Amino acid sequence: MIYAGMFYAATLLLLVGLVYKIVDYSRTPAPLKIPTTPAPTTQTGVVYRMAKEVVLFESLFKSNKWIWVFGWLFHFGLFLVLARHLRYFTEPVWFWVGIVQPFGKYASFMMVVGLAGLLARRFLVDRVRYISTPSDYLMLVLLLAIGLSGMMMTFVVHTDIVALKAFFMGLMYFDVQPVPQDPILLAHLAMVALLMVIFPVSKLLHAPGIFFSPTRNQADNPREHRHVAAWAARLDQNN
Amino acid sequence: MAAAEFDIPELKDEIEIPKLREGSMAHAKSFPAGQAVQDFMGYPHELGEDWKERALEKMGDLLGKYRSLKVFLDACVHCGACTDKCHYYLGTSDPKNMPVARQDLMRQVYRRYFTTAGKLFPKLVGAKDLTKEVLDDWYSYYHQCSECRRCSVFCPYGIDTAEITMAGREILNHVGMGQKYSNEILGKVQKIGNNLGLPGPALIDTLEGLEEDIEADTGVPVKMPIDVKGAEVLLVTPSADFFSEPHVESLIGYAKVFHAAGINWTLSSHASEAGNFGLFNGNYETMRKVAMRIRDAALELGVKRIVVGECGHAWRVAYSFWNTLTGIGYGGNDPFSIELQKQLDPNYPQPQHICELTNDLIKSGRIKVDPSLNDDLVVTYHDSCNVARASRMGTEPGGQFTIPRELIQSVANNFHNMADDTIYESTYCCGGGGGLLTDDLMEVRVKGAMPRMTALNNVVKEHQVNFMATICAICKAQFTKVLPKYGFDMSMVGGIHQLVSKAIKLD
Repeated sequence: MIYAGMFYAATLLLLVGLVYKIVDYSRTPAPLKIPTTPAPTTQTGVVYRMAKEVVLFESLFKSNKWIWVFGWLFHFGLFLVLARHLRYFTEPVWFWVGIVQPFGKYASFMMVVGLAGLLARRFLVDRVRYISTPSDYLMLVLLLAIGLSGMMMTFVVHTDIVALKAFFMGLMYFDVQPVPQDPILLAHLAMVALLMVIFPVSKLLHAPGIFFSPTRNQADNPREHRHVAAWAARLDQNN
Repeated sequence: MAAAEFDIPELKDEIEIPKLREGSMAHAKSFPAGQAVQDFMGYPHELGEDWKERALEKMGDLLGKYRSLKVFLDACVHCGACTDKCHYYLGTSDPKNMPVARQDLMRQVYRRYFTTAGKLFPKLVGAKDLTKEVLDDWYSYYHQCSECRRCSVFCPYGIDTAEITMAGREILNHVGMGQKYSNEILGKVQKIGNNLGLPGPALIDTLEGLEEDIEADTGVPVKMPIDVKGAEVLLVTPSADFFSEPHVESLIGYAKVFHAAGINWTLSSHASEAGNFGLFNGNYETMRKVAMRIRDAALELGVKRIVVGECGHAWRVAYSFWNTLTGIGYGGNDPFSIELQKQLDPNYPQPQHICELTNDLIKSGRIKVDPSLNDDLVVTYHDSCNVARASRMGTEPGGQFTIPRELIQSVANNFHNMADDTIYESTYCCGGGGGLLTDDLMEVRVKGAMPRMTALNNVVKEHQVNFMATICAICKAQFTKVLPKYGFDMSMVGGIHQLVSKAIKLD
């Protein structure tokens, strides 16, 4: 029951927090055209640029190969791992989620190696050490612990995934079922709930944030299109 | 103006990433603006009792008006990608000159007062109270950023420190900590018409003198018209072009281009300045007021085209912001925009860069040049940051890199690029942009020029380069001062139209 309540609360906080932030970002005007150039001149081009940023981390690749390797391993690993986890929330399991299972299983290694590399850089590179706050370390430790506890259950001590699936399906259909009393699983789930709560109030906002970044999401067409924010347009009235 | 002595960085073969030296530039403090200057701008000139409330109130105001600020303060994950990208960090080793650390000076305050996590667990997330010490750090380090946007190229989220620096300076102004250099210039441009503070009669006198010089030199009566109603082209250029060396050589170049092409053009005494320091201070209204002079002049003179001279930040404001701020451009369907649009010639981009104009004229054969007249020179090209990363030329992305190089290579036979990671979108700032071109920041300027000087030194050694062309008044002024400190001749720097001026055929 505690875990059921915890997940309902965490999901609610995550959704409300994220929706609030996304609405806030989209309502805040960008009064000036500030794409970092060279930039695409069309909206289609912007979508392509953004896709390269989100999928390949293009700017980071230009910037620093080590951060790129670790960062991309972590994020792509996490993506596959999350996709694999959809099997606990779908019945029957979606076709593609079935296909992704073996990849998701081993992607956990990518994820953990990436996280370990990023954590090592925080200790080893003097410039990164200087800018790191306690939460920067703890965030990586939390993600590592989530990844490692998950791997424990996949590769070392299996947990009762049938009961686990019943628990989550129960949550989804408001028919609360008991959570399996496996200490590793309980730790794994508690940490995931914590991560969900932290998400909308932390730097994890980089995920929605990038889509709202004016230097990346604006088309370079200021001579052809007049771009004026509402608060700025009022200034024109006074002339 | 006796600045403290400092060591000039030694040029190595490569630009090296230095080890941190904490606090090594904390002493750099640009002169504060006095009462008269601040009064004119509508800012207080000293901290009042309520400075902290005023600062936070202004910060909240900016967070509501600028999506860039809000997203950039939230999104940074402290990955470190930008830490070795700023020329001021590379030149000074001061960790607060790393882009992320410069942003964090504001982010720590943002987190403390505007985020749940920072209100509840300040230590955990690196949130800090806004104290006088923090404010002093802002003043020092937000005047060690040239707003060049190099960090924004490399940030995985496109976080642009320039946006944070601009907001920082706006808040500082709002509590009474303005910078003398920028705010004095903003006063002059609004009161007199240009950043140098040259009144109309002095300007007319100067232009007549230049006309005589050109005729004596070439035998051709090339004119420098001013305030001519009904001219086709209004040329708006940085006022340094009228008085400073090597800037004036480019002004002569523009005049020769218009003469050779038979284009009826004019300058304006009301808008005798392309530069717009409103950009540097992050105040939309100020930037708009300064830019409105151009619109007013264009309407008054009835010109069909607006062309901008060699100036980096001016081109950013002109290309990226003029349409927004003043309706100079196309696509506006409001009465304010239409009034100007119906006057402008739709066959040309508005505004147009002088390099776009000259390059088109040479390519179409309307003006003739003899590149062998520049055979004494081995030329390289310094991409100015605002042109490279905040604007464009021509119709294709990257035209801001290809058009100036095409133009140089059509008027000079010997050209070599500097190393790839120091040009194009990765170009290093000259070290004097963004409101730092003042003697009281000479140490910051000289050290910040180290990466560019290193790249230049390498092409000098390898290709015997003896001329670095650039299209920015600030770059020209900065390099003229800084080149000698690194053992180069100050006359090595000049504008592209200085080269055009030498090669153009006037008959």
